[in-house]
Amino acid sequence: MRIPCPCCGPRDRREFTYYGASVFLDRPAPDAGLEAWDAYLHLRENPAGVTRDLWYHDPCQSWLEVERNTVTHEILSVCPVAEARA
Amino acid sequence: MAELIATPAVTGLPLTIGSVRLAAFDPGPVTAIAPYPGRDLSPVLRFPAPGEVIEEGARRLIWAGRGMAFLTGGPAPDLGGLAAVTDQSDGWVWVTLEGRDVPAVLARLCPLDLRAAAFPVGTSARSVLQHLSVLLIRTGPEAFQIAAYRSMAGTLLHDLSGAMKAVAARAAL
Repeated sequence: MRIPCPCCGPRDRREFTYYGASVFLDRPAPDAGLEAWDAYLHLRENPAGVTRDLWYHDPCQSWLEVERNTVTHEILSVCPVAEARA
Repeated sequence: MAELIATPAVTGLPLTIGSVRLAAFDPGPVTAIAPYPGRDLSPVLRFPAPGEVIEEGARRLIWAGRGMAFLTGGPAPDLGGLAAVTDQSDGWVWVTLEGRDVPAVLARLCPLDLRAAAFPVGTSARSVLQHLSVLLIRTGPEAFQIAAYRSMAGTLLHDLSGAMKAVAARAAL
């Protein structure tokens, strides 16, 4: 699998570290309640199809939000987290 | 005042195996320049684009990662308030790798596309060498400078010399 890093261009999967679903970025408010926090910490989708997750490009030190298809391995979009959530 | 003794990060170099020569390289003082978010450095210096190496005489400004460049061969300009400027001279070990089979040696260790069209002479790239995060600068069609964390100097030497031996052994078959 190759991921196109917005900084470095298409790079091998060996250069990346997986961090999990991108919902990790949507941190609930401190007073959002137990249910919201439980879901944030423990509940994840496991789709056969399009998913969004976080990858770290170790060499250039970029966090990336990657939209990809778990069935076809197609990479649909890549966006640096610093820009996506700015 | 204590007398400080400079010790080399790597021993046993230069090392020639087959057509490939691995040698220590001293870039002199290395200064990391990391612009603060949203700051424009252009009145003081031109910050390199990803992969770019800007050479002005002896001075080199090497792209070294997202929002980071290494300055070698000269003192850092005053970038107060514009960028984080840190001395990295002792933090990195530098080697040169030269010879006909260098692309074959690096191909065993590094997932980069090493063809001249993808990695031209005079450009830099961050990548991995086995498990090491490295900075590569292509100085010739078959010549690279490689910088790794100084604490990993032994691993760098081990991985490179192992691949050099393997490529040479294969060529001798």
